[in-house]
Amino acid sequence: MENKKNGRAPISQKPHRIEKPEHPEYIGGSVKIQINEKEVTVPLGTTILEACKQNNVHIPTLCHHEDLCIAGVCRVCVVEIENARTLQASCAFPITAPIKIKTATPKVRKARKHIIDLLLSEHYGECYSCFRNNNCELQSLAKEYGVDHYNFGHIEKPRYKIDNSSYSVVRDMDKCILCKRCVRTCIDLQEVGVLEAIGRGDATHIGTFFDKQLSDVICINCGQCINRCPTGALRANDPRDEIWKAIDDPNKHVIIQTAPSPRAAIGEEFGLEAGHSMTGELNTALRRIGFDKVFDTNFTADLTIMEEGTELILRLYNALVNGVDANKVPQFTSCSPGWVKYLEHFYPEYIDNLSTAKSPQQMFGAVIKTFYAQEAKINPADIVTVAVMPCSAKKFECNRPEMVDSGFKDVDFGLTTRELAQMIKETGIFLPELPKSSFDDPFGEASGAGVIFGATGGVMEAALRTVIELVTGKKVENLFENANITPLRGFEGIRYVELNIEEVGEVPEMYKKYFSNWEWLKGATLKVAVAHGTANAKKVMEDIKAGGKFSECHFIEFMGCPGGCIGGGGQPIPTNAEIRAKRAEAIYKEDEGMPIRKSHENPHISYIYEKFLPEGPCGHKSHKLLHTTYTKRGEYIA
Amino acid sequence: MKKDKLRNGKVLFSDYSLGEGVRKALTLSRDDILFEVKDSKLKGRGGAGFPVSTKWMLGAAAIAERKYIICNADEGEPGTFKDRVLLVEYPELVFEGMIIAGYAIGAKYGIVYLRGEYEYIRKSLEDYLNLMRNENLLGKNILGKEGFDFDIKIHLGSSAYVCGEETALIESLEGNRGEARNRPPYPVNTGFMGMPTSVNNVETLSCIPHIILKGGDWYRNLGTDKSTGTKLFSVSGDCERPDVYEWEWGITINEILEKVGAKNTKAVQVGGASGICVPKSQFDRKISYEDIPTGGSIIIFDENRDMLKVLKNFMEFFVEESCGQCTPCRIGNVKLLEGVKMIENEQYTFAYLDKLKDLAKTMQIASKCGLGQSSPNSFISILENFKNEIFYHENGVENGK
Repeated sequence: MENKKNGRAPISQKPHRIEKPEHPEYIGGSVKIQINEKEVTVPLGTTILEACKQNNVHIPTLCHHEDLCIAGVCRVCVVEIENARTLQASCAFPITAPIKIKTATPKVRKARKHIIDLLLSEHYGECYSCFRNNNCELQSLAKEYGVDHYNFGHIEKPRYKIDNSSYSVVRDMDKCILCKRCVRTCIDLQEVGVLEAIGRGDATHIGTFFDKQLSDVICINCGQCINRCPTGALRANDPRDEIWKAIDDPNKHVIIQTAPSPRAAIGEEFGLEAGHSMTGELNTALRRIGFDKVFDTNFTADLTIMEEGTELILRLYNALVNGVDANKVPQFTSCSPGWVKYLEHFYPEYIDNLSTAKSPQQMFGAVIKTFYAQEAKINPADIVTVAVMPCSAKKFECNRPEMVDSGFKDVDFGLTTRELAQMIKETGIFLPELPKSSFDDPFGEASGAGVIFGATGGVMEAALRTVIELVTGKKVENLFENANITPLRGFEGIRYVELNIEEVGEVPEMYKKYFSNWEWLKGATLKVAVAHGTANAKKVMEDIKAGGKFSECHFIEFMGCPGGCIGGGGQPIPTNAEIRAKRAEAIYKEDEGMPIRKSHENPHISYIYEKFLPEGPCGHKSHKLLHTTYTKRGEYIA
Repeated sequence: MKKDKLRNGKVLFSDYSLGEGVRKALTLSRDDILFEVKDSKLKGRGGAGFPVSTKWMLGAAAIAERKYIICNADEGEPGTFKDRVLLVEYPELVFEGMIIAGYAIGAKYGIVYLRGEYEYIRKSLEDYLNLMRNENLLGKNILGKEGFDFDIKIHLGSSAYVCGEETALIESLEGNRGEARNRPPYPVNTGFMGMPTSVNNVETLSCIPHIILKGGDWYRNLGTDKSTGTKLFSVSGDCERPDVYEWEWGITINEILEKVGAKNTKAVQVGGASGICVPKSQFDRKISYEDIPTGGSIIIFDENRDMLKVLKNFMEFFVEESCGQCTPCRIGNVKLLEGVKMIENEQYTFAYLDKLKDLAKTMQIASKCGLGQSSPNSFISILENFKNEIFYHENGVENGK
């Protein structure tokens, strides 16, 4: 973790890491220590936990999480250091001296057991009635340390009310063990700052501002806290029961759309290693569960690119040529509902910069209940649309009051990857063994551009593939090998890319009503940026506020979650950088294997514009159905 | 300044006039001061007893754009009220100690972290600081010493016990929740606002002007070998003359009881709630780092007191005052209190109490900060030293109710 200077986190919850030397091999750069009497050399500033991990010495942890800053509060990872009066938390102890560490002395073993016993004594509920059963770090620790009865008793009555006020995140504080991972996620990783410990001593609990319910505070619904909670204290608001009800109702036509990220991650729920894309198997599973149609969200991702790309071109034309609405550049992407709510709360003055294009999920809902209903001759009132998303904020998004442009609730339910895996298991299906099948028509075909929406930088890459070709009239492959715009990829928090538009081509038919040539873009430098995780978004926004280099950008992709959608709050637990990288790999692999890699080349996209949206992208009808408005929320209203 | 002499003592309660210590200190080099303090073998008076010179030398060696001297006046240990006496009656010692510390370490900023309940002293302290500013004991180029600037501001705490722990105090100063930080790094390296910070107790700082005036050797000759100098004691409980006293280290409990007029004493709690409870049979023990160390709280219990109630009171205190971040302290104290209640209701087994004692030992070594590490002390010592009274209801001279 980098040491952030402008974060909201108190220093106590930030890593007090001693900077590791650049050249640990130089004199003074390393220190010789003993771990369980074995001598090893580690770079100065390595924590005991890291040193032990490197040397295959297992130390149990609970409050520690690779993505987060150090807390050192659960004390499960204590070790003994020779000549030290007390045990030390190995996650929080930077090595600067030649210490001798023992990781399994009687004192250490007893302390760990005591700590687990204490945590269990205040952990309300039973494992078999918990959604984290078999995927709970407290449960595994209890198993690891052979807990067979409650040494210090067990709490018999709940102490807190479950807070299910939010569409996205449900908080059950009776299961909370106060590891503060959610707090550190919220204030440091995401820099939103909704959660903090309240009260003292026995009364300590994690809460929001004045203990308000989650729907009444500035939570952006990113769900990153859920992904990092070691127990069942945090989960997404689960719509499974209602979806089952719809499936079981013969009068309902239940349609499911699947986003690329859940497909790249759902295998993990079935014991596979991260990085296996299960698109085909999932289609089969969804049909077996009983969904009437299985559509690919990537189709509307392509549609999003058309709308958002056109919007970008029009904004640039307005600003550069007509000199109006210059404040609407840079254009910000709007497909991440976590990011959108973050902006609405923290930077409401920049609301005009947000692309008005809906997210692919919401576009799909609107298209299904209008175009599809019309084509398939089904009463839209009988259609139930479900969206499988890697995201908890999508649940909030589909419940936004303005998302009813089809005349109905565009998307009825947002379902997370985890919840879908649960539905598949309930049906008695072992996903990895299923035969593959494809999506249903008429939205069966999508481009690789839609697939990569799942990874940070993907939306930008997809948009550029289209914008470059539309403007220059040349193939992206001439500029970037295999149409892989690699400078936009990777996991660096903020990425910035400049593209020179040296030549321009013919203006495509659909834009001729706006302008007759591209001369106004000739010789221009297109400046784009990518930021993922709201902490990075904050940095970019502050830079824009201060008139820095990002204020000169034309288009910026923001994703609410670290890693983009593949790291979303609805994805399988656990998460870490390695897992996210593997999921991203799976996504880029799927893209490379697609016959169509660019949104504007998707024949179904041409078809829908021809048949249903004859005015083309950003036309009147698409404005009504595919675009939306935002709310200036500010910091004090939900 | 002349004032009525209320108290007598060899160091802190001896004669002193404003500015003496700083005036002398400014004639010395920084190193001289550090070595003088080292010679005195002065240890931190808050309770932990960390050598002051070590802390200061580390602070002086640290390179940073700013350094801070923080006076820990969050006197929250039950039964301690000596710092209040110093702040009310001897503010010049406290402030001059800070100035000298600033001079020795190279800090320009002093902060007094004043306990919330002491808000009523704040006005008089502010007035005193203004007086010192007028005398150029604070401000720029102090007493004409070119380049030595130092000023002090007062910050009010919110009365959380844990904020007496130096890193929690710093967190609180920064506007955060009062919770202890992980160490290392230590405040002397990464403290207030990430800058080198020396946090010293009120009494520690008050000793400094006298040590500078009369020398480390003089100070070291008071007290015992490892516990040099004098100590302020806040004596309360069942005695005729509860008050703050200055005595040399090494004084026995018997001597204390005699001086304050305590009769029929059954037990003495040394070091407040986090200290240990000494039974009559051990009253010849010495108050010193070699034997029973203390931050100065002496609570006297006579034969009419119920030791189980005493223990319950302490445990309730910790259940409430734990900051709640680390598991052993947050839940451990709850379990110990439950144990005490079990004894009270006579619904205990010795096997379970043994389990709790075991747990108490874990708390002592596995808690994150000094609060959790010392919170089981009274549980262990009272159950051990008064078991006849607590478990067998023995009414006798030694332990009787």
